[in-house]
Amino acid sequence: MTARTVITGIGVTAPNGLGTETYWKSVLAGHSGIGRVTRFDVSGYPATLAGQIDDFDAAEHLPSRLLPQTDHSTRLGLTAAAWALTDAAVSPGDLADYDMGVVTSNALGGFDFTHREFAKLWGKGPEFVSVYESFAWFYAVNTGQISIRHGMRGPGVALVGEQAGGLDALGYARRGIRRGTPLMLAGGVDSALDPWGYVAQLSDGRVTAETDPARAYLPFDSLASGHVPGEGGAMLVLEDEERARARGAERVHAALTGYSSTFDPAPGSGRPPGLRRAAENALADAGLAPADIDAVFADGAGAPELDAAEADALRAVFGPDGVPVTAPKALTGRLYAGGGPLDVVTAALAIRDGVVPPTPAAGPVPDGYGIDVVRGEPRERRVRHALVLARGRWGFNSAVVVSAAGER
Amino acid sequence: MAQITVDDIRRILVACAGGMEGLGPDADITHLTFEELGYDSLALMESAAQIKQDFGVDVSDDEITEVTTPKELADLVNGLVTRAA
Amino acid sequence: MSRRVVITGIGVRAPGGSGTKAFWDLLTAGRTATRRISFFDPAPFRSQVAGEVDFRPEDEGLTPREIRRMDRATQFAVACAREAVADSGLEFGGVDPYRIGVSLGSAVASATSLENEYLVMSDRGRQWRVDPGYLSPHMFDYLSPGVMPAEIAWVAGAEGPVTMVSDGCTSGLDAVGHAVQLIREGGADVMVAGAADTPISPIVLACFDAIKATTTRNDDPAHASRPFDASRDGFVLAEGAAVFVLEEYATARARGARIYAEITGYATRCNAYHMTGLKRDGREMAEAIRVALDEARIDPTRIDYVNAHGSGTKQNDRHETAAFKRSLGDHAHRVPISSIKSMVGHSLGAIGSLEIAACALAIRDNVVPPTANLHDPDAECDLDYVPLTAREQRVDTVLTVGSGFGGFQSAMVLRAPEGAAA
Repeated sequence: MTARTVITGIGVTAPNGLGTETYWKSVLAGHSGIGRVTRFDVSGYPATLAGQIDDFDAAEHLPSRLLPQTDHSTRLGLTAAAWALTDAAVSPGDLADYDMGVVTSNALGGFDFTHREFAKLWGKGPEFVSVYESFAWFYAVNTGQISIRHGMRGPGVALVGEQAGGLDALGYARRGIRRGTPLMLAGGVDSALDPWGYVAQLSDGRVTAETDPARAYLPFDSLASGHVPGEGGAMLVLEDEERARARGAERVHAALTGYSSTFDPAPGSGRPPGLRRAAENALADAGLAPADIDAVFADGAGAPELDAAEADALRAVFGPDGVPVTAPKALTGRLYAGGGPLDVVTAALAIRDGVVPPTPAAGPVPDGYGIDVVRGEPRERRVRHALVLARGRWGFNSAVVVSAAGER
Repeated sequence: MAQITVDDIRRILVACAGGMEGLGPDADITHLTFEELGYDSLALMESAAQIKQDFGVDVSDDEITEVTTPKELADLVNGLVTRAA
Repeated sequence: MSRRVVITGIGVRAPGGSGTKAFWDLLTAGRTATRRISFFDPAPFRSQVAGEVDFRPEDEGLTPREIRRMDRATQFAVACAREAVADSGLEFGGVDPYRIGVSLGSAVASATSLENEYLVMSDRGRQWRVDPGYLSPHMFDYLSPGVMPAEIAWVAGAEGPVTMVSDGCTSGLDAVGHAVQLIREGGADVMVAGAADTPISPIVLACFDAIKATTTRNDDPAHASRPFDASRDGFVLAEGAAVFVLEEYATARARGARIYAEITGYATRCNAYHMTGLKRDGREMAEAIRVALDEARIDPTRIDYVNAHGSGTKQNDRHETAAFKRSLGDHAHRVPISSIKSMVGHSLGAIGSLEIAACALAIRDNVVPPTANLHDPDAECDLDYVPLTAREQRVDTVLTVGSGFGGFQSAMVLRAPEGAAA
């Protein structure tokens, strides 16, 4: 019997809510965190919106010693990680230091911090560059800082897979647990809402020019015009079920029962995209059939051709209108490495409360999609197993199955 | 060139490496060690770079790792100022 | 019976010559390829030495479109991947694409291109609010380097698990380690795995200047990388890449593949101590070594050669020496240990893969590469660091280790393919 991996702790930093319950209330109420960028003057830019976390004061959450050496994204990551560990009620001494590992995903690095150091280097000279730039920027910073802060000396790694990397981090953690590390802290956050980072995000050509926050990011909607970038994400404490029980873990939010990742074929190959295969493989990994899935948390790119491709994959796996589909990430913007882990949290909460949160809507779902998008009000429904999908630019596809704690 | 004071050192340390946990703004840090104050070698290197920018004094790597307290660091910087004058 | 993983193809781009053969010739001759930085004027910087690669993308078979599209680090990775794929002799088109994956390491990825774009968009740093009018269509590729493994996936026709492992200076070891685990645990049958970094740029130099981690032996660039020598004063920044074809052993053997080595053990641990600092006792690196040996089911005495991290900072060399003594016991004093960084410098995320390549070639040829520039060993580094000259000796089992910012400590065990071993 392969060991089962369960979620015992959750930490959320999202544009529409700091902390798990605040976030979940926002999601159910359809409260959006998307608005006009306020960190700098965005007038004259080809896009103006972002999912910003406005109510995060790092000094409230972190020791002041960590502030000069960390980017905004790392402060969010450290905060989410601490909340997840508190939620899991892991006490010092419950586990040996080598029995706790960390795997985070990161797509943007410490960009705001780095922009400041670039400005110093080129504006004033090399001797003005901070000693902290050598690690505040790199993609591994969150894994390193979290392991140091919490004395976690097990396996540590950082993965980059654009918007799909966050789910890959959870998959990596699950393998680590099966290999014998009882606890892995896993997830991702991202943020790059300084003037340079924001413009760099616009360069992917998929960010909407829409200025009305309510009409800007509309997955599976006939008015879809692209997405809005956001910041934040989620960290999760994942544990081997038996070991969690042995240490007296207070609560199991859900189980991570399936995972798979695929990559789209090279452009022009004529082969089909890999999302369907990722979904099917994740279901097979979980030992489930499509009919067992009660809700899908979609990638929801918000661009017509990408939404249509995802709808095709969902129809192929589940049949026409075969399963409720939702994309609550339309309330936060796309969070890069943070998006997948936050969707897994949302799925776990949907399982807990028996409700599938809605996707914001403005126009009808295009006829040809043939999928049952949950819109308007939350849909009450028993959720035993949920499928979470994520796609990243260039062809990353990842899928995770989240199951109710008691479900096999 | 103005002499550097322990208060200047405190201001620079806090700006470069964060506040002193558990110590109020009025606590006397003159003779506490950097280790007791929780400042590591990176904190001191960053502070040395700031001292160079603010006071024009170049504290070498070897020198910055030799001093152990804010008072010793202030004395070192002031000694270098005097030598340069 | 658990699945085993072997290296069947190697591609290398390193300072001192292009391709695997030039790399190995340099290392076995004990020559060095570090020099004064030529890519830009290094005069404003504290450290002015680097291991630069004479890399001409047009000579690598890259099309003008590919050259425009790809960042330098990606070009390195693609050139190596093509070399490795050809070297393996594997007919990739005959493998189920969903069973082929990619695991590519890089510490700073497209940093150099990011810096170039920044200079354009900010009017050479004069504007804080950058001008979107100068936005390059490739900017997003530089912002989020998922494009690097993507390009490799397109080379190999991979449609299975594709990811980038980016944990600083252990990326090159951990990317291969991740690939080994995926094959072993059934997630893929073939992995194209390795690492690339091209960090020789003003911002990266300035980063390491600030923490005084790099050498200031600017008047003697060819001898600036001096791991374990008493006169060492920091590492030499470098660029490079190495990519491997890894296959499941039974299918590789069935197709009659030439096997360089089997990867039998791998582990990574965090020191949870400091983002840049290392404890003197080497405890966590020793633990990574212990777990990797355990996975390989061998006793420390079986190790014929240790490829050290050997970056040439005082802190690292002592930390590592302590870790070897702690994990290998008496054998630490008997086994030859060397650092190829003495010859090709420290290419951050790439070096771990370059070192795996060196280990595989050491096994193939029964040669231990030396530590160049080691004339006067640090008294605290009292092991056999193979000074100056390569040694011909039986090399069946090799340990390679890495250590990096963030506190990452990794170890991998390779051994000669079955049949070659005594």
